[in-house]
Amino acid sequence: MTDIAPAIELKGISKAFGPVQANKDISIRVMPGTIHGIIGENGAGKSTLMSILYGFYKADKGEVFISGRKTEIPDSQAAIAAGIGMVFQHFKLVENFTVLENVVLGAEDGWSLGPSLRKARKELINLADEYGLNVDPDALIEEIGVGMQQRVEILKALYRQADILILDEPTGVLTPAEADQLFRILQRLKAEGKTIILITHKLREIMDVTDTVSVMRRGEMTATVKTSETSPQQLAELMVGRKVLLRVDKTPAKPREAVLEVKGLNVTDDKGVHRLKGIDLTVRAGEVLGIAGVAGNGQSELLEVLGGIQSGEGSVKLNGAEIDLTGRHSDGQSRRARGVAHVPEDRQREGLIMNFAAWENTGFGYHHDDRYNRSRLMMDNAALRQDTEEKMDRFDVRPPNPKLAAKSFSGGNQQKIVLAREIERNPDLLLIGQPTRGVDIGAIEFIHQQIVALRDQGKAILLVSVELEEILALSDRIAVMFDGQIMGERLPDETDEKELGLMMAGMTREAAAAQPQNAAQEG
Amino acid sequence: MDVIPKWADAVLVPLISLILAAVLSALVILAIGEDPVAAAKLMVEGAVGSTYGWGYTLYYATNFIFTGLAVSVAFHARMFNIGGEGQAMLGGLGVALVCLYIPFPHWALALPVAIIGAAAFAAIWAAIPAYLQAKRGSHIVITTIMFNFIAAALLNYLLVGMLKPSGAMDPATAKFAATTHLPTFQDLFSWGEKPVFRGAPANVSFFVSLLACVAVWFLIWRTRLGFEIRAYGESESAAKYAGISPTKIIMISMIISGALAGCMAINNVMGEAERLVLGSVEGAGFIGIAVALMGRSHPLGVLLAAILFGFLYQGGAELALWTNIPRELIIVIQALVIMFTGALDNMIRMPLEKIFLMMRKEGAA
Amino acid sequence: MWDFLNLFSVPVLETSIRLATPLLLACLAGLFSERAGIFDIGLEGKMLIAAFFSAAISFNTGSVWLGLGAGILASVTLSIIHGLASITFRGNQLISGVAINFLAAGMTVLIAQSWFKQGGRTPQLEGAARFNPIEFPFAETFMPVPVAGPVYASLIGGHALLVYVAIAMVPLTWWVLFRTRFGLRLRAVGENPAAVDTAGVSVVGLRNAAVLICGVLCGLAGAYLATALQAGFVKDMTAGRGYIALAALIFAKWRPWYALAACLLFGYLQAIALRPDLLTAAFGFKVQIQLLDALPYILTVVILAGFVGKAIPPRAGGAPYVKER
Repeated sequence: MTDIAPAIELKGISKAFGPVQANKDISIRVMPGTIHGIIGENGAGKSTLMSILYGFYKADKGEVFISGRKTEIPDSQAAIAAGIGMVFQHFKLVENFTVLENVVLGAEDGWSLGPSLRKARKELINLADEYGLNVDPDALIEEIGVGMQQRVEILKALYRQADILILDEPTGVLTPAEADQLFRILQRLKAEGKTIILITHKLREIMDVTDTVSVMRRGEMTATVKTSETSPQQLAELMVGRKVLLRVDKTPAKPREAVLEVKGLNVTDDKGVHRLKGIDLTVRAGEVLGIAGVAGNGQSELLEVLGGIQSGEGSVKLNGAEIDLTGRHSDGQSRRARGVAHVPEDRQREGLIMNFAAWENTGFGYHHDDRYNRSRLMMDNAALRQDTEEKMDRFDVRPPNPKLAAKSFSGGNQQKIVLAREIERNPDLLLIGQPTRGVDIGAIEFIHQQIVALRDQGKAILLVSVELEEILALSDRIAVMFDGQIMGERLPDETDEKELGLMMAGMTREAAAAQPQNAAQEG
Repeated sequence: MDVIPKWADAVLVPLISLILAAVLSALVILAIGEDPVAAAKLMVEGAVGSTYGWGYTLYYATNFIFTGLAVSVAFHARMFNIGGEGQAMLGGLGVALVCLYIPFPHWALALPVAIIGAAAFAAIWAAIPAYLQAKRGSHIVITTIMFNFIAAALLNYLLVGMLKPSGAMDPATAKFAATTHLPTFQDLFSWGEKPVFRGAPANVSFFVSLLACVAVWFLIWRTRLGFEIRAYGESESAAKYAGISPTKIIMISMIISGALAGCMAINNVMGEAERLVLGSVEGAGFIGIAVALMGRSHPLGVLLAAILFGFLYQGGAELALWTNIPRELIIVIQALVIMFTGALDNMIRMPLEKIFLMMRKEGAA
Repeated sequence: MWDFLNLFSVPVLETSIRLATPLLLACLAGLFSERAGIFDIGLEGKMLIAAFFSAAISFNTGSVWLGLGAGILASVTLSIIHGLASITFRGNQLISGVAINFLAAGMTVLIAQSWFKQGGRTPQLEGAARFNPIEFPFAETFMPVPVAGPVYASLIGGHALLVYVAIAMVPLTWWVLFRTRFGLRLRAVGENPAAVDTAGVSVVGLRNAAVLICGVLCGLAGAYLATALQAGFVKDMTAGRGYIALAALIFAKWRPWYALAACLLFGYLQAIALRPDLLTAAFGFKVQIQLLDALPYILTVVILAGFVGKAIPPRAGGAPYVKER
């Protein structure tokens, strides 16, 4: 070892939330002027570890050393004082403040605002020159894009003289081109001597930008290696603890007649923003149409309109008959009656009622079904409980107790409850969003198998996922969405992540084919 | 995982809140130079020591059952209906109009029509804020507060104007016809020589309020509508996903809530005053909030809490009569109960959680 | 014509200002609290308890200043309870506000009865136990000058000190909110407390500060009621003013200058309700006082319904702050 002290050193950090051990005896050393990646699945404990470093949680055990000095970090203030800056996954910005006000907030120079703002304005210009972080200081946060908002977060940290920058899943909301831009900024920061910790679950990012990488699994740090001395396959294995099954076993699809035909579908939200701009697509019986795209490009709205949660304009035909997109029959009930099942993207907000028992959740959305009702007025709770018990058995939900509240189940088991409810309905069309988000590996396989099995029964499936691997593995056809439009369709065998990534960034089929990689990135 | 078992949360939290409220009230009584033990004795004596006392206690309780159920139903849809007061005023107006202008041959006929009148007027009064919440996003707490004041102005206008019989001095309607007078407990339960519940205002409305408890329980936990109301209350986004219309739930639950608050008028207007007097609700709409919070929005809890508050009201009146302690002591107790059960409930829950965690650990060890 | 102008005569406007003052103080109190994300429907209760203690202590000591201090102290005590419930224990802010209103309604009468035995009121205040009108220099001399004379003497001058304090609070509030570090942080914590927290500033501290300022201003409002507008405390003397202030706050869309305008308007409505004869003369038919009473509430409902400009409250309002990753 050299005699330079590591920028950050964690020794034996442990943290438990009730019975859940989020971090177990974790130690890392990050040398100054390097980019260190921390990779792991959702729920592996990465964010908890970084929250401890930023003073959000107090570790049960362990020590933190900053530049060789033992440092206590009881709150964010202490973290900032120690030169740590953090860019959270969900930005911490005040929406109706300007960029300047957001940068200054908490780092003012005195009780009077004027001098602070003037100083910050100058400083922002310097920072922009130094690191290529150009932002209009007087723009309101709510009026700039997510890429810009992220820059504001980085600027906030730099304005506070952070030497150590932690980024938590920074590319989740970015297009590949924006992500590449971010990485160029990170390289520049590194060149200026900043230390960067990048938390992600995307292998590509780790391989592209980090110098060293730590792998976390179920709260433990399983390895720390030099990036140049490892491979994506090795990291993936370390992450999940065994060989990953990237391919789902399935036979070629035998698509039949069209079940869902969408023509010229438009959606405008409350603020008057066009979320969907003339979507055309068809899903046939016996196939999976996968929708790829960066989160926030209209996929959610597509699912919501088709599921009857949001209204839209255009033509949507189900088994050849128009469905109502705005009127009395544009709600979830009517869709279900027409044979549409919907596994929503966010099961905790939409798919389930967390405080309801499992049996109540099984009836949720289908509470008008005759078999769950005694009369026009009264529900048949006993029948519902009985049915839930059977479903839990078939879908291997653990623990198989219908009386337990939904919140008491793990993510995977919650998803199984939703899936059981929707699939067992024998729908003609299944809408399914982010089927494996926050689900453990074992359950992922089970859920993927269920989707393929449903396809093989001759059902039409519309799959939305931000995980390209999942789209590639499950889909029979892939449509890419960008900015409320469909950029084009591909067959999974004839495309790869690179091409899809370009399309996700807004390149059309022709442009994507014609333009070389790098020219496309400055959009 | 919930640390506290459901039963403890439902029973212990209100119970501890009540004890805290009682202790603080005792300190207040001490501070103003009175004897809390004697005061408590006097309250018990006055409120439940005789059929007369019970007659008042249950009369007040009837009001509070209706308003408490009203707040509870709205709570299940996660709405805070603070407008029970105004809705009960409008309910009174409905009852008065029915009783004044329809000639009934017998009270048994007048009662159901009066219930419809009370419920309809109050429901409309609750439906306007509900509509504004559902369609325009106006915060229901603020609008219902505003509607309380607007209702007060409206009743003031009517009772000093067109509804007041000519020549009368006080702002009130004429007496209702004798055929609309509801039988009191004295009429119902006295036989032989010695009358019971003598002169006390408790009347058949009490049994209507008990029926309302059963109906609300049935609605919330057994019907499809109740399922939808609870689902909407737990998660609006999930309700939308399931195809439950928020507009429908907001409107229906507030209409039911308003109607229940309005039904209180069959007790205080039709059963007791036998005419509509200005200010006849006397804050019962607000006590509904305390009752619903304490009863954990469950009809059985509401029933018990309403009887408790009926006891406090009657006991408080006795205190004011025999000691220097004014009736406002009850308002203080009411405030403390609302505070502890509705706003400071976490203060009570946190130590309870610790105790249960310790017990669980010991049980495991 | 004259009949119509009489609706805006100096005495009517003077009364409007006097009646607007407690509304304005309470409205600004609510503004601080709600801008920081703490809903406060307990303005009424805080005003009421301040009214009682200011009157009671003024009477007992003969000094209105001691009374004012006591009033503020009482109001701040309730603020601390509200802060405890809604900030420390993350309880329901609306319910806490309701409880505070009842607590004040009960406690004031209980203590008044115990101390003064006059059926829940304080004795009449006189002399130095009250805030008396401040005579402006040469007011008497200028009085005969038409319009300007009476305007100077009794519209601009001739009010109690707290009236001027209330009006001065408007620019002060604006300045604090938009020109100081504290104001920036306060507004931020009402919009997105997580942004403030991650910036290393205490959310709890800021919100408590806002709630305390709210208490002080409500204290001023209550003291004004009992020691300047009237000469003593009577049961329930706030008479819904806390709620009208709340309505004015919504009407003003949580902005200080708008708050001044809204409170003057509502003060004017209250003033004109005292003179139904002027209305009858001006319009030629009888205008119901009850309608005037209800007008602030009706106007607020109209504003809330978004028929005339939408009122958007601070985004984090009403929600306790829980740390999240």
